[in-house]
Amino acid sequence: MKKWNLIIDVDNCNNCHMCSLACKDEFVGNNFPGYSAEMPKRGANWIDMKKKERGQTPMIDIGYIPTMCQHCDDAPCMKVAKNNAIVKRDDGIIIIDPVKSKGQKQIVDSCPHGSIKWNEELEIPQIWFFDAHLLDKGWKVPRAISVCASSAMRAIKVEDLKMKELVIEENLETLNPEFDTKPRVYYKNLHRFNKCFIGGSVASKKNKVEDCVSGAAIKLFQNDEVIAEVKTDDFGDFKFDKLLPNSGKYSINIESKSHKKNIQVDLKDSIYLGNIYL
Amino acid sequence: MASIKFSLILFGLRLLLWWQSKIYKSFKAHLSEKNFTAQIQIKDKSIGRWITFNNGFISSSSGIHKKPEVTLSFKNANVAVELLMPLVMAFLLKKSINQLVQINALKDFNLTLDGPDELTLWFTQTLMKTQTNGLKFGVDVGDGIRRYTNMTNGGPVFIHVKDDKIIRITPIEFDENDPDTWSISARGKTFKPPRKTSLAPHGMNWKSMVYSPDRLLYPMKRVDFNPNGKRNHKNRGVSGYERISWDEALDIVSNEIKRVKKEHGPGAIVNSHGSHHTWGNVGYYLSANFKFINAVGMTRVHHNPDSWEGWYWGAAHHWGGSLRVGQSETYGTVEDLLKEAEMVVFWASNPEGTSGAYGSFEGTIRRKWLKELDIDIVHIDPFYNDSCQFLGGKWLPTKPTSSPALAMAIAYVWIKENLYDKEFVKNRTVGFEKWKEYILGKDDKIEKTPEWAAKETGLAAKDIRALARKWGNKKVYLAAGGWGNGHGGACRNQTGIQWARSLVCLIAMQGIGKPGVNMGNLQWGTPVDNNFYFPGYAEGGISGDLHHTAMSVELYQRMPQLQSLNTVEQSIPRLWLPEAIMNGKAEGYVWDGKSIEAQFNKVSYPKPGYSPVKMLYKYGGSMFGTMPDSNRHIKMYQSENLDFVVNQSIWMEGETKYADLILPACTNFEREDISEWAALGGYAHHGQTQLNNRVAVFQHKAIEPLGESKSDYKIFSMICEKLGLSAYFTEGISEIDWARRIFDSSDLPKIISWEEFVKKGYAVIPPNKKELRDPLSWNWYYENRKKDVPEPMPLPSDYKDEYLKGIQTQSGKIEFEASSLKRFDAEDPERPPIVKYNPAFKVNSKSKFPIMMLTPHPRYSFHTQGDAKDTFINDISDHRVTVDGYDYWVMRINSKDALSRNIKPNDLVKVFNDQGAVICAAQVTDRIIQGSAHGYESCAKYDPLGKPGESVDRGGMLNLLTPKKSQIKKAHSMGNSTALVQIELWDKKELKSFNKNNEKLLRVAE
Repeated sequence: MKKWNLIIDVDNCNNCHMCSLACKDEFVGNNFPGYSAEMPKRGANWIDMKKKERGQTPMIDIGYIPTMCQHCDDAPCMKVAKNNAIVKRDDGIIIIDPVKSKGQKQIVDSCPHGSIKWNEELEIPQIWFFDAHLLDKGWKVPRAISVCASSAMRAIKVEDLKMKELVIEENLETLNPEFDTKPRVYYKNLHRFNKCFIGGSVASKKNKVEDCVSGAAIKLFQNDEVIAEVKTDDFGDFKFDKLLPNSGKYSINIESKSHKKNIQVDLKDSIYLGNIYL
Repeated sequence: MASIKFSLILFGLRLLLWWQSKIYKSFKAHLSEKNFTAQIQIKDKSIGRWITFNNGFISSSSGIHKKPEVTLSFKNANVAVELLMPLVMAFLLKKSINQLVQINALKDFNLTLDGPDELTLWFTQTLMKTQTNGLKFGVDVGDGIRRYTNMTNGGPVFIHVKDDKIIRITPIEFDENDPDTWSISARGKTFKPPRKTSLAPHGMNWKSMVYSPDRLLYPMKRVDFNPNGKRNHKNRGVSGYERISWDEALDIVSNEIKRVKKEHGPGAIVNSHGSHHTWGNVGYYLSANFKFINAVGMTRVHHNPDSWEGWYWGAAHHWGGSLRVGQSETYGTVEDLLKEAEMVVFWASNPEGTSGAYGSFEGTIRRKWLKELDIDIVHIDPFYNDSCQFLGGKWLPTKPTSSPALAMAIAYVWIKENLYDKEFVKNRTVGFEKWKEYILGKDDKIEKTPEWAAKETGLAAKDIRALARKWGNKKVYLAAGGWGNGHGGACRNQTGIQWARSLVCLIAMQGIGKPGVNMGNLQWGTPVDNNFYFPGYAEGGISGDLHHTAMSVELYQRMPQLQSLNTVEQSIPRLWLPEAIMNGKAEGYVWDGKSIEAQFNKVSYPKPGYSPVKMLYKYGGSMFGTMPDSNRHIKMYQSENLDFVVNQSIWMEGETKYADLILPACTNFEREDISEWAALGGYAHHGQTQLNNRVAVFQHKAIEPLGESKSDYKIFSMICEKLGLSAYFTEGISEIDWARRIFDSSDLPKIISWEEFVKKGYAVIPPNKKELRDPLSWNWYYENRKKDVPEPMPLPSDYKDEYLKGIQTQSGKIEFEASSLKRFDAEDPERPPIVKYNPAFKVNSKSKFPIMMLTPHPRYSFHTQGDAKDTFINDISDHRVTVDGYDYWVMRINSKDALSRNIKPNDLVKVFNDQGAVICAAQVTDRIIQGSAHGYESCAKYDPLGKPGESVDRGGMLNLLTPKKSQIKKAHSMGNSTALVQIELWDKKELKSFNKNNEKLLRVAE
């Protein structure tokens, strides 16, 4: 049985918001009986953009992740829904029935991902449901995916086994794995959102003239063990990424042709160490 | 013989009308709009036929009617046959009418039309309807939904419509019959764009714009404005409006036009429009609006080259390109960059943030390839911009307005370390030694070292040196501004002219035109087919205006039309429009690209012998949010020097409510038009090279106009009816007929029939085969060959050597020392013949206004279009943030500046200086360097808490705070993308007193 999955590459999301706007275009002012009632025009972001800014000027980056109903295979919302208000389709898509779910605010509260929105006016829980109404009419992918400016999102319908392979192959992750809800929405390069980095710029000073030191060897130690190694680039910059926030003490050895230096870091969040003069 | 033919044709015409009224219900309904008799005849009345329209029924007889209301006369039977035969037969043969024959007959008075305008226009438009009746528009996609097409500023779209309601708007996915696209092989990889169009956020926002609660749905008059009594000028922007009928509105505006012209003489009416409009070659501002201006005779607002300032007033003196507003040519650069370049320097270049203007996300797809190829990237910008976020690379944040100093330090390193193309500089440029002396400090005793530049720019000297060395040792593309070849970026701040000039010097030092060394960021220069003609919007559409559009380049010959000429030669330099109105005087320099020297001409207001302006005809979207020191505009509107202000627009925006009379226009989804995506023409010749696929669309009238709104064309033609100008303005035809004429003028008929085009709604123009792709820009110059890229500029007389050899400058070479500036004013300290660094601001932490606020173009709205009005994009927290139920404009503040001011994310802050104050929602970030802040310009809203023009604004109009000063005195150049401000937490004092006053007023009213 082939089922729908969504893969979002954080490295390629540039915050253009086309996905969230396409979602609004589709559902504001439109009723799709059996699938959903109208989306409120403002404020209800069924596709919600989240952002993580890492580092300090001038070594920063920003990861954006579009979030939405994760279409979990072990969905907490289904456990609290009464009146068969929530259906998990054979193709993996979750639908909250706009009629049967009336008044069931507990559905919103049950979602550990915060992806179910409460429609105050209609008193119903609502989600982005993969544009199932369009897929059922023969559309190839949901609208949010086809408008993605940088093709950062892929919607694929494959066997679960195939998806498992892809997860390993492409190093995919899911949001909030601690809840173990088995989401069908996967993220690539999620470290730009949930991990942090240590960066710095290596420089030299000779006769009052400063220069960047390129090609210096930088080693990152944790518990006296080398866990990563890089060389500084043309601007003397180095960056160790994918480190856990609040992961404690690190030691950095910097070695150029003529100099050596060591720096200790107690890592809380992404940090740019600034200029390090040899 | 001709007489018999004529009689037969007249009979045929009668049959055609009768037959079509039987089979087309809508035509039958149309026919019942008017009751009258029209006579068609030979001038001497020897042959004729009259047709009577009576409640939708047609009666007709040969001969001469005693009292026809409308008479269409031909000089003789030959003329009549020549003109009418195609009308009757074209329908059967599916051929178009020969417009040239018809226009010649009009010009030679061989064809005359008499009768009241409301009937003559209806009669000719009805005859023309026989050509379009029965056409099928759009495609049935099931479920009662019809799929139409249209074009937005952000790309082409399908519109799904059910029961006259827009269900959804999507980009266009090509079908199997559409042509294949091109591909590029580079470094072992093959790149091919997807078979669909992309769309910008403001394009995806359109459904909510069409159905915005701020739509103007009927004509309105300011309650305390009485054209025959008290006008209460001072209450503009304060008093409310009352609904009036179209008849009343048209009477007021047409009577005011007549009155003002008679009382004050020519020039007393001024027309002001924005730099953009809703898309479509018929309805565009350079099209219908220009024809209207010219037909009525109005003072023009002479625009400054707003997105190109530094390039036009600066760069053009070094490398020509005046007909590209001082920018570089861009042909073939996508392929060259992907194949050859080793690094791209994005300098104040954020193509992801501005969609290339009209180019949607077409360039984004290509820049993703840039990431795949692992080409080094550097971003020079005070703001960690969207392209920086998307592409990664080294971010070098310079202080705003300081980056000309960086350019000079780079040149210094190149000179000192021999890192430039000496051969090229020697053979293909002039004046280098002079600039070199300045760089080395031989004339002003200041060596432009990295250490010197570090103090100016805030960068570290080591980073400047590293950049210069990296650049000097690689094949590098320089990306300036959003388009990569100029346009936008830092050219609109107070050192914009210096910036553009110094960038030309840098790329010249590296030998522009060498494979891998050029201008660009993959935004322009795709291998689309540039030999296939479709008119760009700057070609003026239906304007007939050969002076203020690019119509004479090609469209005028391809689409014969009545020429239009504004007899009022007076114009007002746009930057000084408020001063012109309030003080009666203004002066500036012209934007005229025909030569480098044309910019030395002055515009002076008033022009001798013309009347000062008394009436303002404002057309299009809100503009004053885009103009520096906007309070000037508010004061202008309240001036008694303006007798009358009419505003023709789609929405009730910030500027709309300063009018006495409001005429509601509809959107492009509610009228018919035709266009090509990103087809700009004129100064942006071959703008389609921004695209992966050229796409032309028929812009369907997807839904009926909302309320009583009407298309701009219709509004203009209704006013023209009151002035007896309707036949001249419309040439007797409707918008769809004009669309057909534009279709015929283009190369589209070679690939698709008119009938198929209006049904399917779009056509993809196939790319050239590989062997026929455009040559690489500047390569001809680098190799000292004749110019071989397909741009018709510069004009022939601007060549100094043989035609097509060399560039537009006096020497025909890139000039480090500009001959044109030497000739014009060699002693001008603001613009000397060689570019020098002259800082714009002296600011430190003790200054009264210590923050340098950047105001670049917005990302999610298209200028003011799409902002506010309760549309979807207001939910995007990088556009507006809702605090206490109000959508505030966003101000990005450096984390350290925020900390010292106790400002937290989403706090409301007051951004202010001596000119005014604006309330924004704070975004605390390290994307902007300490001492600077970032908020978009072009807000559509103006919401003063108190007296307009003097109060705190919470709409977000940051241009209230920007400097009005021209970058240099001897130019007409905006320099408002950086302003000095202070930022503090807002105590809401103004809101409290505003609410208190309102409560008081309410109590009094009760």
